[in-house]
Amino acid sequence: MFEVALSSLWSRRGSVMLTLISLTISMAIVIGVEHVRAQAENSFVRTVSSVDLLVGARTSQINLLLYSVFRIGSPTNNIRWQSFEDIAERQEVAWAIPFSLGDSHRGYRVLGTNTDYFDHFRYGDAESLRIAEGEAFDHPLEAVLGSEVAATLGYTLDVEIELAHGIGNTSFVNHDHLPFTVSGILAPTGTPVDRTIHVTLEGIEAIHLGWQNGVQVAALSPDADDPRLAQLQPEQITAVLLGLENPMAVFSLQRAINNYPGEPLSAILPAVALGELWQIIGSLENLLRVISILVLAASLLGLSTMLLSSLRERRRELALYRAIGAHPVFILCLIELEAITVTVVAAVLGYLMVAVGFALTQDWLSESFALVIEVWPSTPGIWLYLAGAMLASLVLTLIPASIAYKRSLGSALQSAA
Amino acid sequence: MAAIRIKNLAYTWPGASEPTLQIPELTVARGESVFLRGASGSGKSTLLSLLSGILPAPAETVAILDEDLSSMSVRKRDRFRAQHIGIVFQQFNLIPFLSVAANLRLAARFAHQADAETEQRTQKLIGALQLHPDLLERKAEQLSVGQQQRVAIARAFINHPELILADEPTSALDADSRDHFVRLLLSVREATGCAVVFASHDDSLAKFFDTRTALADINLANPKTGPGETSKTGETSHV
Repeated sequence: MFEVALSSLWSRRGSVMLTLISLTISMAIVIGVEHVRAQAENSFVRTVSSVDLLVGARTSQINLLLYSVFRIGSPTNNIRWQSFEDIAERQEVAWAIPFSLGDSHRGYRVLGTNTDYFDHFRYGDAESLRIAEGEAFDHPLEAVLGSEVAATLGYTLDVEIELAHGIGNTSFVNHDHLPFTVSGILAPTGTPVDRTIHVTLEGIEAIHLGWQNGVQVAALSPDADDPRLAQLQPEQITAVLLGLENPMAVFSLQRAINNYPGEPLSAILPAVALGELWQIIGSLENLLRVISILVLAASLLGLSTMLLSSLRERRRELALYRAIGAHPVFILCLIELEAITVTVVAAVLGYLMVAVGFALTQDWLSESFALVIEVWPSTPGIWLYLAGAMLASLVLTLIPASIAYKRSLGSALQSAA
Repeated sequence: MAAIRIKNLAYTWPGASEPTLQIPELTVARGESVFLRGASGSGKSTLLSLLSGILPAPAETVAILDEDLSSMSVRKRDRFRAQHIGIVFQQFNLIPFLSVAANLRLAARFAHQADAETEQRTQKLIGALQLHPDLLERKAEQLSVGQQQRVAIARAFINHPELILADEPTSALDADSRDHFVRLLLSVREATGCAVVFASHDDSLAKFFDTRTALADINLANPKTGPGETSKTGETSHV
């Protein structure tokens, strides 16, 4: 029977091909949308873990989350070093990681921090950062690269890099008098950490020394051997990540920080902010999902229409099956089998199309949109969609199949005409 | 023992006001070859549809091989047709996109025959019908009309039927191949001893058969219909 169905489809390959192409494209859309959605959600919730509070200048929690954790957009304001010290010294606080943002290197963000970052920062399922090569910085002018930075720019240990002021891809103002030496490269994490260059807070201060009103004054600028470097104290930072001794204290500490008398601060719970942000993205994602399902439904209807219109030219063929002893159920099954064959082939082709598409655009996506997408879609959601598509194909094909069934029940042998 | 026994058969197409067929009596013995003369539109195809069980006949009017088809379920009737009745049409006897061998195999599968046995019978029939064995792997649509009709005979005989129903099988052939076709058909039948009902409007073929009957003589419906004439019957209304 499978042989009959295949030969029958092949004999009508013109219209079958067109239907197959349209179905393949809609399968690819459905698989692609679901794949990107699942991957985005996954990398999204994996970005930060085990951080109890995130502190920055007074702003909305989503804004603070975006610029400090996702490195998207710019900080609205900085916080004073004194504030950081006051918070870090509180007894509820187990550890505090300072973040200083605002510089870049060839499009990658530079994060000024201290070695606590490598000890306490967590992502995914509370996984800690691992230095794949070299070691953490211990000189003010050393840098630790995220895995993607090293791979894309081809940097290895001991390479010297110069930072640029501001966060664009091209900057007219380079801190080229004080290069940083790469001391370590992190293992991949699948989070924005991979696209970050980590340097010391002192280093950040150093490259900004000797700048007045946005113009570099050569006489005041230090060089690499300047003894002033070691004594540098940061004056301002961008954000603070806090871990608490006892997570129960999170709300009272949050209240205390929000009411900090020195300057206006915001303390947010990263998990809550992540949830709020994902809700905003989620409604867009639902829209995409609905559209992709409608496209698939249209293509499946096209398949059903193709089979329906083929019934006329197949009238004698179907009557002949009956004449040689086929039950009408055979004819129903034959048409269903043809439909499911086309649907399965379209699903496989659509899947391959998505995989090839992401294999080709993987680098570009990660560079341009910070999206890390796996090549082979494997979310359970995709299998669910494909199963649903098979089922819908079977149900929609019942229209032509049952018409053929009824016709073959009630008709005579072919007339001599 | 009769291959076909009809008693008081009346058949009216759904929606038609007059019956297409009204046959008080018709008997075909086992192994008998019958020439059934009838013009197109005389109810020939309707009769053959009833005899093959594709159209359900009224109860206890049609018995094939002494079995009342109307008492069977649709599934059982289909199986019965596959196993006991071979059918040859005027044209379109084969699934065009399948190979000759696949066409024969398909017919055998509907009758639940083992593939190995089908293979043997296929070789024998192809030889008897003077077809080249290479044709087996060709698609049916690539064959000439004459070859297709001969393959149709092979297909009709593949399951050892006791009854062959042929509906104008020669009208697409030229005069020479007509005689040849009928001789081949009857020679294959010779070996198996099955009954043949050969419906045609072509009187020149009647001489090959044991018995000759005109449908117009036995069918009381449409008394005006005679040989060579056509009449409006329900025959075309169903397509």
